[in-house]
Amino acid sequence: MSFLELQNITKIYPNGTKAVNETSLNIDNGEFVVFVGPSGCGKSTLLRMIAGLEDITGGEISLDGNIINNIDPSERDVAMVFQNYALYPHMSVFNNMSYGLKNRGISKEEINNKVNDVAKLLEIDQLLTRKPSMLSGGQRQRVAMGRAIVRNPKIFLFDEPLSNLDAKLRNQMRLEIKKLQRQMGVTSIFVTHDQTEAMTLGDRIVVINNGVVEQVGTPKEIYSKPNTKFVAEFIGSPQMNLFQCKIENGLAKISDMQINLNNSLNIQDACIGVRPDDILISDQGEYSSSANLVEYLGSDMIIYSSVGGQEFSCKLSSKINLKAGDNFKFDISPSVLHIFDNTSGQRA
Amino acid sequence: MKIKPIEILSHIILILGVLLMVLPIWFSFATSTHDNVSIMTEGMKFFLGESFSQNYNEVLNEKGGWSEEVTAARMFMNSFIMALGIATLKVVISAMSAYALVYFRFKLAVPIFWLIFITLLVPLEVRIFPSYKIVSDLGLTNTYTGLILPLVASATATFFFRQFYKTIPDELLESAKLDGANSWRFFIDFLLPLSKTMLAAMFIFMFVYGYSQYLWPLIMTTDEKYWTVVMGMKIIFTENYEGVALPRTGERFAYIILSMLPPVLVVVILQRWFIKGLIQTEK
Repeated sequence: MSFLELQNITKIYPNGTKAVNETSLNIDNGEFVVFVGPSGCGKSTLLRMIAGLEDITGGEISLDGNIINNIDPSERDVAMVFQNYALYPHMSVFNNMSYGLKNRGISKEEINNKVNDVAKLLEIDQLLTRKPSMLSGGQRQRVAMGRAIVRNPKIFLFDEPLSNLDAKLRNQMRLEIKKLQRQMGVTSIFVTHDQTEAMTLGDRIVVINNGVVEQVGTPKEIYSKPNTKFVAEFIGSPQMNLFQCKIENGLAKISDMQINLNNSLNIQDACIGVRPDDILISDQGEYSSSANLVEYLGSDMIIYSSVGGQEFSCKLSSKINLKAGDNFKFDISPSVLHIFDNTSGQRA
Repeated sequence: MKIKPIEILSHIILILGVLLMVLPIWFSFATSTHDNVSIMTEGMKFFLGESFSQNYNEVLNEKGGWSEEVTAARMFMNSFIMALGIATLKVVISAMSAYALVYFRFKLAVPIFWLIFITLLVPLEVRIFPSYKIVSDLGLTNTYTGLILPLVASATATFFFRQFYKTIPDELLESAKLDGANSWRFFIDFLLPLSKTMLAAMFIFMFVYGYSQYLWPLIMTTDEKYWTVVMGMKIIFTENYEGVALPRTGERFAYIILSMLPPVLVVVILQRWFIKGLIQTEK
């Protein structure tokens, strides 16, 4: 039995919107799982149902062997870090962190010890007497984390906690969260719409779309073998190129470009995906096109081009000398292709 | 630094405004320090006189009224009790009912809110007979309870608290829930401290409201022991009017000046909180 089990979880809001549909998921103790999906896909709702902030319409959630469907949020032993941190504005940092402990009837001395330990761990021990309004964004983030850690919960829930930080701080905090999680080994669920965060943080990623789990797997599995067209498009930056085409006897026809797939597939309405960095540019290339636009990113550059009216991009080292308007030749190896059936959206 | 003409003009306007507010009070105060003979012969005074201690002493300690039993000090106490009771209960009840309306999403919350809101259209003066009937049937005439209780519901304050609570982000409640705060704890540990400013402001308004009540205590009380300051202003020190003695204008002005002090004190004491709260937005 897994540490956290979701069985056929469904959430229907009073107005009839189905936010989460028959979702089942097992999470092991100590695992770091990331829920990722576009906004409004139901990932936050799922998290909030685990926290107990949202009623469960159907299905069962069990934590550590107990069904927690009807257990009060405060007794589930979960801690949550909110997007806007939800720090208590009228309390000092110390009180923010100790409030939950106080409500549990823990002795003053123990509270003091715990808060001080966690504050040291997060390097906020100088800030304990300050009010949240006197803290910077990063510091607030740390306090919010500290408030969760100090309670020593069974699960950490993170609801897009990095989205209010600037890019640099976000990367830094991302690393820190990862490190802390490793160090403490507490099961964590992290909700985000940012695929980079998902890839870097998660032991496993759950890709959610329209209230349905599209794929569950390690970042590597998800990146290298997306199960559905949605996952293929959503994970990876720059986005995977998708070519609409017709496959006859293992031959994909994208207008006048033909790719031999080395198989015997026959799909009327197909879609072929290829990651921008899997397109190899070489003078001996089989196909040719011209660069419409070149984005320079330092070590890399991205070339935007099109074939048969379908746009695509390729990512390559910026050492190659290529300007907008230049013609170039490229190769696509059949082994790097992702083939999807357009009607079902599934991997063929 | 050069002063622009517009600044001079605006200062003149402001100073005029201040004079308009302050001069009548100053005249009253100055007059209250003169003896009745000079007021009678010379009219209102601008400069201070010599009867300050005599007039104020008489006001506070002389027994007046028809039964010659009630002193001004007693009336001050009555008014203070009444205003304090009204202000405290109004603030407590409004804060709590707004809490119920905003956070407990029961079906009738919105209709109930509007029902409360509609009571703004029916001030005490309109419903004074039914109110009196209820209070007298309950046997509460000539009691502090009777003076305070019918005035403690406040649609205005409920409305303000409701609007304020609505601005508090939901995450705060959710976070508090996860930290093990029940509804009562959330109210005490979060809403009340967060609405300190509101509480102070409402208390000021409601105290002044309670203090300046005239009609209600006038109808409610037949026993002079429960007279309030504002009622007394009309009644006290008039008993000798038709006699040979002079009208006691000096004492009456002293009484007026004294009657202004409690609300002024409340404002002065609480405004520090009030302004502090306005400057530090803690939301």
